[in-house]
Amino acid sequence: MKRTARYIVFYAALFGLWALLAELKIWPPYLFPTPWGVGQALYAGFQDHSYLIAIRVSMQRVLIGYTISVILGMILGLGVASNKFLEDTMGGLLVSLQSLPSICWWPLALLWFGLSQNAILFVVIMGSLLSVTLAMEDGRKQMPRIFSQAGRNLGAKGFKLFWYVLLPASLPFIVSGLKQGWAFAWRSLITAEMLYLSLGLGQVLMMGRDLNDMSAVIAVMILIISIGYVVDGVVFKGMERYLQNKWGLTPAT
Amino acid sequence: MSANVQKLPTQFPPHFPAHTGTPSRKEGPVSVGRAGRGVATVVSKVGLSEICLSYRTQTGERLLALDHINLQVHAGEFVCIVGPSGCGKSTLLHLIAGLQQQTHGRIMIDGKPVQGPGTDRILIFQEHGLFPWLTVGQNVEFGMKMKGVPAAERKEKTRYYLRLVHLAKFENSYIHQLSGGMRQRVAIARALATEPDVLLMDEPFAALDAQTRDLLHDELERIWSETGRTIIFVTHNVREAIRLGDRVVLLTFRPGRVKSEFPVELPRPRQLEDPTVARAAGEILDELREEINRSLEAEYNEGVKPRIEPGVEGEA
Repeated sequence: MKRTARYIVFYAALFGLWALLAELKIWPPYLFPTPWGVGQALYAGFQDHSYLIAIRVSMQRVLIGYTISVILGMILGLGVASNKFLEDTMGGLLVSLQSLPSICWWPLALLWFGLSQNAILFVVIMGSLLSVTLAMEDGRKQMPRIFSQAGRNLGAKGFKLFWYVLLPASLPFIVSGLKQGWAFAWRSLITAEMLYLSLGLGQVLMMGRDLNDMSAVIAVMILIISIGYVVDGVVFKGMERYLQNKWGLTPAT
Repeated sequence: MSANVQKLPTQFPPHFPAHTGTPSRKEGPVSVGRAGRGVATVVSKVGLSEICLSYRTQTGERLLALDHINLQVHAGEFVCIVGPSGCGKSTLLHLIAGLQQQTHGRIMIDGKPVQGPGTDRILIFQEHGLFPWLTVGQNVEFGMKMKGVPAAERKEKTRYYLRLVHLAKFENSYIHQLSGGMRQRVAIARALATEPDVLLMDEPFAALDAQTRDLLHDELERIWSETGRTIIFVTHNVREAIRLGDRVVLLTFRPGRVKSEFPVELPRPRQLEDPTVARAAGEILDELREEINRSLEAEYNEGVKPRIEPGVEGEA
């Protein structure tokens, strides 16, 4: 069976099961909506532009937050990887900090930044910074030594060595970490948005709850999943494939 | 401590004028009776004096890797360094390249001490060390880009050096699309493009098949005679050393010391399978046997794999 065919069968079955359970009315519709009800909610949400605005606001936030944590994470990770002292001290701290759910930074962010966009950004950054840092550290260590030796040999040093050699050389090793960082950033953003009325998808989701509109809640959940899926499948898969082709890591198909 | 210099070279190896910076300088093919012999410069191109390197092993003991190495290499000379694996010959190249720091002694280039890496000495690695994220052309360009050479000039020189290694058609290919021999040629072009005075080659052809290696020997000899670079070539293959070198320097097994030096005065171009090459190789191998045995012993005792190709029974 072809892959697309398998997908179609799987999702059709899932959809059918959902429709069947909803139509059997085992649970009241306001707790377990039908697929059509959710479809209507989606349509209405796009019709009055509220979803579009929410998506734009959320994407903007996550992009800003993620970009900052990628830049910071790369510098931090490289520092930790290339300095024995930092590796011994900060390395352990970073790993232990990763066990902290990013939303735990929320109270602190509120006190520091007040109820503002910056508080949300802070949570997003704290959510993804650690995985980017750890990925970069790991990537730098996995990177064959010969690249940095060859780079220094050819006269690259300091920032040039980082930008033209260390960064591109470690990309294949950090791309999965970057992907994970993105997933953390996205999750942290939605969580933070749910706690603070500030446009964005998280808030639209909470609005559905406040209005007791289960169809809208599920519609927004589907939106959040879809965006996460698209970014992962298009942006990161594309990046991985591009790198693999360039490096010749997989036979060209 | 000091090297047991076997037959002191009565004649200095061919001396090339200092590198002028333009890649267009041509010299006749290297062959018998080449002119320009006999002039010894006061300051040698590469001067190693009393080089020692020791490091701490994981068990905490101090291990001496290189022991008072003295070596003078003249401008335009092709010197081959031979020794069993574990003699520190690759490490020696890393020291000259400035990628590592010796614990004792001085390395001089044109009479000036080496301080870190510099583009006057380019190292060619056994595993080529090309950047897979760049095209062939961008790889060759890399050193010039780091130096700040303007783009137009870079392009031109990249083309020139790619033609020199017969890879002009592959400028836009990626490294993984090339064969092992082609990759090593790109590495040579990349090294030459920064216009170094000294090429340091760390077993560059060890991973290649015999035919490709023969071809690259010819090419390297041609490039050497066309560009007049000084080459220090590390190999574990004695015949390869004699095929290419003006002089063969033998290192002992751990700690690496200069055991003896052999001037090679066979006419060029030489062939690996020449009886004269084989005879000279046999002579060096006799010297080397003891070191090979020591490295073999070390293999049995501690699992260090010796790599030495006698090159007498034919190529692997």
